[in-house]
Amino acid sequence: METLSALGHGFTVALMPYNLMWAAVGVTVGTAVGVLPGIGPALTVALLLPVTYNLEPTSAFIMFAGIYYGAMYGGSTTSILLNAPGESGSIVTAIDGHAMARQGRGAQALATAAIGSFVAGTIGTAALTFVAPLMVQVALLFGPAEYFALMVLALTTVTAVLGQSLARGLASLFLGLSLGLVGIDMQTGQARLTFGIPELLDGIDVVVVAVGLFAVGETLYVAARHRFEKEEIYALKGSIWMSRADWGRSWKPWLRGTFIGFPFGTLPSGGSEIPTFLSYLVEKRLAKHPEEFGKGAIEAVAGPEAANNAAAAGVLAPLLSLGLPTSATAAIMLAAFQQYGLQPGPTLFDSNPELVWGMIASLYVGNVLLLLLNLPLVGLWVKLLVIPRPWLYAGILVFATLGAYTLNNNVVDLVILWVIGLVGFGMRVLDVPVAPCVVGLILGPLAEQQFRRALAISQGDASVFLTHPISAGLLIVALLLVLGPMLLRRRKGAAGA
Amino acid sequence: MATRNTGFLKGLLAAATVAAGALAATPSLAELKGLEIIAPASPGGGWDQHARTLQQVLQNQKLASGIQVVNIPGAGGTIGLAQFVTAKKRSPSLLVGGQIMQGAILTNKSPVTLDQVTPLARLTGEYTALVVPADSPLKSLKDLLDKFKAEPGSVSWGGGSAGGSDQILSGLIAKELGVSPTKINYVATAGGGELLSQILGGHITVAMGGYNEFAPQFEAGKLRPIAVSAPERLPGTETPTLKEQGVNLEFVNWRGVFAQGNLKPAEKKELSEAVGKAVASDEWKQLVKQRGWIDLYQPTEQFTAFLKQERPQIEGTLKELGLVQ
Repeated sequence: METLSALGHGFTVALMPYNLMWAAVGVTVGTAVGVLPGIGPALTVALLLPVTYNLEPTSAFIMFAGIYYGAMYGGSTTSILLNAPGESGSIVTAIDGHAMARQGRGAQALATAAIGSFVAGTIGTAALTFVAPLMVQVALLFGPAEYFALMVLALTTVTAVLGQSLARGLASLFLGLSLGLVGIDMQTGQARLTFGIPELLDGIDVVVVAVGLFAVGETLYVAARHRFEKEEIYALKGSIWMSRADWGRSWKPWLRGTFIGFPFGTLPSGGSEIPTFLSYLVEKRLAKHPEEFGKGAIEAVAGPEAANNAAAAGVLAPLLSLGLPTSATAAIMLAAFQQYGLQPGPTLFDSNPELVWGMIASLYVGNVLLLLLNLPLVGLWVKLLVIPRPWLYAGILVFATLGAYTLNNNVVDLVILWVIGLVGFGMRVLDVPVAPCVVGLILGPLAEQQFRRALAISQGDASVFLTHPISAGLLIVALLLVLGPMLLRRRKGAAGA
Repeated sequence: MATRNTGFLKGLLAAATVAAGALAATPSLAELKGLEIIAPASPGGGWDQHARTLQQVLQNQKLASGIQVVNIPGAGGTIGLAQFVTAKKRSPSLLVGGQIMQGAILTNKSPVTLDQVTPLARLTGEYTALVVPADSPLKSLKDLLDKFKAEPGSVSWGGGSAGGSDQILSGLIAKELGVSPTKINYVATAGGGELLSQILGGHITVAMGGYNEFAPQFEAGKLRPIAVSAPERLPGTETPTLKEQGVNLEFVNWRGVFAQGNLKPAEKKELSEAVGKAVASDEWKQLVKQRGWIDLYQPTEQFTAFLKQERPQIEGTLKELGLVQ
């Protein structure tokens, strides 16, 4: 009850016209930076920090929160339309989202992403309001052994994106795992596979790889096949609204995505991509038509998009209740708190209730604003697909190249982008799926570091993975996820015979 | 570069500024024009914050105008350092850096070193705290070190990246105790939230990091500081120093600012005076306090000498840790 009245007071703060204006500015800027690859919410908030110095802290944070949520909405747009994920959290969206766009269902993909983001953002914010401290306590139970088990669980996603041939899928996965090794090894500080190129010391950026494999590789492939194929227009077929069937297929993935995403956000080493992987896996396992996955299944857009937004809400839980930043944006928001002489943590709720509850309330408001902003934009965005194909693809290449450069202001990233783009082209020619490569690249390094940390702490005793209950539980779930479908298939086979 | 390529953002920034009626500073008689400050790290971290704070103060104190902050992240600052050294600049430029760079230059076998830049000023520093969970059986540094001496592997030391300030300090402590630094069970993390959650959850024995990063957790009673690497107790705190507890060490994770190598004496003087005036201003002092930094300003000559004296210490420790051959 106390929470509700505090939240009510928060709404009176957030709904003041002045603060409402900053929320609107925030969500608009956020959507814009989400759309542009290479510029994320973290950089944007950092750039805005000095400017907001003279602003009321409450208004500034309402704007920052708007940027943060807005970027999560915007990130899906380029994934779906251009196959160029703007953030790592929307990489999975590109797989089926872009396939939908190519079938003339771009508008439905964008709509299910936007509405899913709204649902997840709202439920996530509610969870933040009521169960944040509890979630944070759970998150603290995660040590390296638990994280490693979690990464193993996430790696089972790979089984959902392997494609027809196991050998080709695994080849792609191992390419990703090897790319993940490049750079300084965190535990020993030694360089691996950098070939004396200093720019490789920090590893290869996941977004560069995803954009290279998806956007550049795909574009080169289509260009190479252009002569042989009839020009088909990606533009709309039929209504831009989601049909009754689309709604029916979307609402469960939204909810499941939300419940997968939020807890991951609260984990300090969670990573915004992982819940999207898991959501994809879950949807494929539960879908009536798993064969549609990879070819434009709406569930595969609805679930992951909800998951990344719910994770964004989850990130705020440890930030506000413990002062514990779990993402780059959260780290900068922590710096912003300090700029105002505020210290997030258990005391912040008591010392600055107006700020905290105003900000939380503004998240609800921001979600509504984002939905109002994004749904009408859908009609506008899909017009992009009417652009004649050669122009559109040229545009994608320029856009991808600019985005890769902006990430670190580094020419080496451009070389990496194009080399990977060529590899992606080759993979497509040879019918090797590219998604496992991205999964391996993201999860491989995380799993390795946590595995080694766990063993360092246990002084080499590998039984920690089984003696820690959470870790053991996660490993068992992972095992079931891999073996379950096989067993089911065998039973079906036996029943049929 | 980052700030240049985001023209649309700047437009929005400008709009927001006007809307808020903020930042009334319109530098009139600026000394330095078109100054560029390179933060060799991503936005939001310590180096980036120093660059942006310096930008703000230089601008508001009318010491410089049209300052750009450029982020060149990577490899402990050595990517930014390399670009800073090789770039041919017509307008003056500054590089923010810190102690981590000293180690990173060695561990990454960086082709450029701090010899190729001009140290202008040490700005701030942070003393490292050794921290245990509030419910840890280790009540003091002595408890920790006894456990460490008895069975070095049983103490997991959590801190920032391998070869960074925290690992170096752990090596120095081991040396003081006569234990081989290679015996340290060091768990490198990405620092910040990752380290904090691992120590709050009790997954590691002891965490090392800037005192202020942990301070709110001390107040909340969740973590306990057992030692601080400062020469004397930090004002307003009761955490005993390493020295007080019999470990004869002082250690500061400093941050400073550099100019390009082979500057003309006049240019060097101009830049170092501008920085000197900026850090002497009330505005700087207030911002430093707000951000929880400690003002450890050293002008050019002292800073240069300080760096010379610090380097062999870091190099020696990294060698003993086996991180540098």
